[in-house]
Amino acid sequence: MATLRVNGKTYQVDAEPGTPLLWVLRDSLGLTGTKYGCGIAQCGACTVHVDGRATRSCVLPLSAVLNNDITTIEGLSPDIEDPYMQHPVQRAWIEHDVPQCGYCQSGQIMAAAALLARNRNPSDNDIDREMTNICRCGTYRRIRMAIHRAAELSKKA
Amino acid sequence: MSSTHEISRRQFLISTAAVGGALVLGFHVPSRTAQAANVAPQPWTPPVEGGQEVNAWLIIGSDDTVIIRVAQSEMGQGVFTSMPMLVAEELECDWKKVRAEYASANRSLRQNRVYQRMATGGSRAVRASREYLQQAGASARARLIAAAAQQWGVPASECKAENGTVVHTASGRKVNYGAVAAAAAGVKLDAEPAIKKPEQYTLLGKPQYRLDVPPKVNGTATFGIDVRLPDMLYASVMTCPVFGGKLKSHNFDAIKSMPGVKAAVEIPNGIAVVADSFWRAKTALEVMPIEWDLGAHANVNSADLQKLFRAGLDKEGVVANEKGDALTALKSAAKVVEADYEVPYLAHATMEPMNCTAQVTPERADLWLGTQNPEGALTAAAELLGVAPDNVYVHTCFLGGGFGRRFYNDDVKQAVTIAKAMAGKPVNMIWTREEDMRHDFYRPMAAIRFRAGLDANGVPVAYLNRSVTHSILSWVRPDAVKSGIDSSSVEGLANTPYAFGQYRIEHLIQNTHVPVGFWRSVGGSQNAFAIESFMDELAHAAGKDPVEFRRMLLKDRADWLLVLDTMAQKANWGKPLPKGSAQGVAIFESYGSVMGQIAEVSVSKKGEVRVEHVVCAVDCGHVVNPRTIEEQMESGVAYGLTSLLYGQISIEKGRVAEGNFDTYQMLRLNAMPEVETHLALSGGDKWGGIGEPSVPTILPAVCNAIFRITGKRIRSLPLSSHDLSWA
Repeated sequence: MATLRVNGKTYQVDAEPGTPLLWVLRDSLGLTGTKYGCGIAQCGACTVHVDGRATRSCVLPLSAVLNNDITTIEGLSPDIEDPYMQHPVQRAWIEHDVPQCGYCQSGQIMAAAALLARNRNPSDNDIDREMTNICRCGTYRRIRMAIHRAAELSKKA
Repeated sequence: MSSTHEISRRQFLISTAAVGGALVLGFHVPSRTAQAANVAPQPWTPPVEGGQEVNAWLIIGSDDTVIIRVAQSEMGQGVFTSMPMLVAEELECDWKKVRAEYASANRSLRQNRVYQRMATGGSRAVRASREYLQQAGASARARLIAAAAQQWGVPASECKAENGTVVHTASGRKVNYGAVAAAAAGVKLDAEPAIKKPEQYTLLGKPQYRLDVPPKVNGTATFGIDVRLPDMLYASVMTCPVFGGKLKSHNFDAIKSMPGVKAAVEIPNGIAVVADSFWRAKTALEVMPIEWDLGAHANVNSADLQKLFRAGLDKEGVVANEKGDALTALKSAAKVVEADYEVPYLAHATMEPMNCTAQVTPERADLWLGTQNPEGALTAAAELLGVAPDNVYVHTCFLGGGFGRRFYNDDVKQAVTIAKAMAGKPVNMIWTREEDMRHDFYRPMAAIRFRAGLDANGVPVAYLNRSVTHSILSWVRPDAVKSGIDSSSVEGLANTPYAFGQYRIEHLIQNTHVPVGFWRSVGGSQNAFAIESFMDELAHAAGKDPVEFRRMLLKDRADWLLVLDTMAQKANWGKPLPKGSAQGVAIFESYGSVMGQIAEVSVSKKGEVRVEHVVCAVDCGHVVNPRTIEEQMESGVAYGLTSLLYGQISIEKGRVAEGNFDTYQMLRLNAMPEVETHLALSGGDKWGGIGEPSVPTILPAVCNAIFRITGKRIRSLPLSSHDLSWA
């Protein structure tokens, strides 16, 4: 049995130490907001925060994160259903109608939130460099606009 | 007694979140302790407070919430919003109180196909269902008015509907829809009301935020892969890596004591391992000894296939369209231009890998998946199980991308086979990315030849075209292949609008052992690249501007000219650009819409291509949600550009070589061009699709720009296989 801290809660997990965090989150904890897209850290759909840093959880073994604070998309905002309590990135994503199929968007949002936590006013070049997640629907333009908007919203807060 | 449907209804709880006053839809991830309950005899009864079904398409709650049922599948193209808009336009309800939910394929089957067309594809959602969705809304509105009028003892003609209430104009009496919905359900109209014409629209044509966005930003949107049910198991699958091969043997004993492993189940041409988590199933499957009978095609390589298609170009094909004697006219042309184009197989690469959850009990079977074909899924499951379709239920989830992949029920057949062996437990079967990429129904490989003759003034007087294409309809709908022509293979070639004088358009089917299917924009995906690149070659040979050359050949097509002129104007066609940058143009019709794109491209001296800016002009007749149009323009550009820059599925030893995004590359944010969308609507009776038309044109538009910069003509794809350096 392993102990894991996710979204401020502590969980007991029955999974092999080599199990990628992605699958522990999805199958052991039922947190399905974090997605499987490739399993080789190429697409970013599995992005979570480990101690606040954007991390691709599909290649991160359970044994490596037993002493870390993990945040998933479900824990990004204090109240998952109240839009006024939502993270600026989520509010900006709604304002710009960003998602289409939506499957990549948990990862995109987590990557964007981590970017903004480090860089309060990212330039387009910063966004180009940091936002490498794949979106098959091609929502990239709106992702860029929404990140700029989220930076604005964060200033107002 | 199993009770899976009620579990699924409860578990797909509809939650509301107020976003600036708008009520929107959210799906919850189910609680893992959800209890079983009895199945309602009509399991589509509404969960909303005081919900009354007024007709099969809509339910009205006591608080005037309107649940509108959507028969198409939401895969990012916005149908979860645009289909309800069509109903709401007529219903005259408060749009902010509208929620969407999926219609039931099982109910449609039992009630004489009450939901009509439930397949999603061909960019047809709006134009195929517009009239009957409007009718459903209008009919409900008329009944609500009639019910209120009856209660007031006044003629219905003295009443009107507005924003969720019925008003008796003379007296000012009002009643909200929720209060008369039950009575309305029982009203029989003498005549169904007429539906609105586009000039009368008040909701359609105005930009709306999509109803499915809020759950997609907070992790609660449920995709097929996210389905969670009590006692659920997981399965990982492998099918024979060479198409046409079979499973020979497997040794379950070798893995049966691995943690959580429950069973190995044979599936068509392959094997599944079932365990209590996906990771355990996958890792066990990877080490289980398996022997394959690779079948007859284990030595086929891409080079062999390329030879086949090229050889086809020298054969006489079946005539798809002709006028006059093009071959003779070619002989007397002042200048002859010839070019052969080739395109590879392409994978769909939906972000969500293929998956399906199934539960099979003696009483019923349930499927949970993202599908573009719920009726097909239902029938496939019923046939496989040998049960009446009445007892099979499909619970459509959000699709993490479709693009034509989620149509064939290969996922369903596997999941049902596995679930049948697991004694009533639900099984969530997931394909790895590698399995997904290597067991696709690929966009067909093709080789396309053009020969055209120009007169002394640079006007085309003879045009010959021969396409050699792997045929999709040969297996999907063999009776639709008429006289050796697969109509989907010649889209945009056989019916090209250019006035070529004398022409002969031929086609040859060349099938291989590789499975093929509909890939976003289908025939257009290869044909536009070929024909619009060739048009550029002709313009160049004629010494004419590419836009002017096309204008000359489209002079009788006002709708095409409108698109051509709109994009040329908006892109400032011909504007001066620095060396190393150029514009390229392409125009193509598919799915009833005419699409034009002008791409501004830069190529570095070393040959690195950058698409800076794309101006799109589209005539889709009318628009339901303008936001969707823009989104789909960007989406198609990204999808098409990915295939142009990187797309190639290679066959080595009979199997697909590429397996993941390291070898099958995707466009990322840093390479996404700026995209502008301009409407050039001809209106009237025209209703064109928008899901696919923006894909085909980006390839030739970019290639035509590349030629202007580098002098190199692109005749085969992807670009990554070419050296584009220039001096």
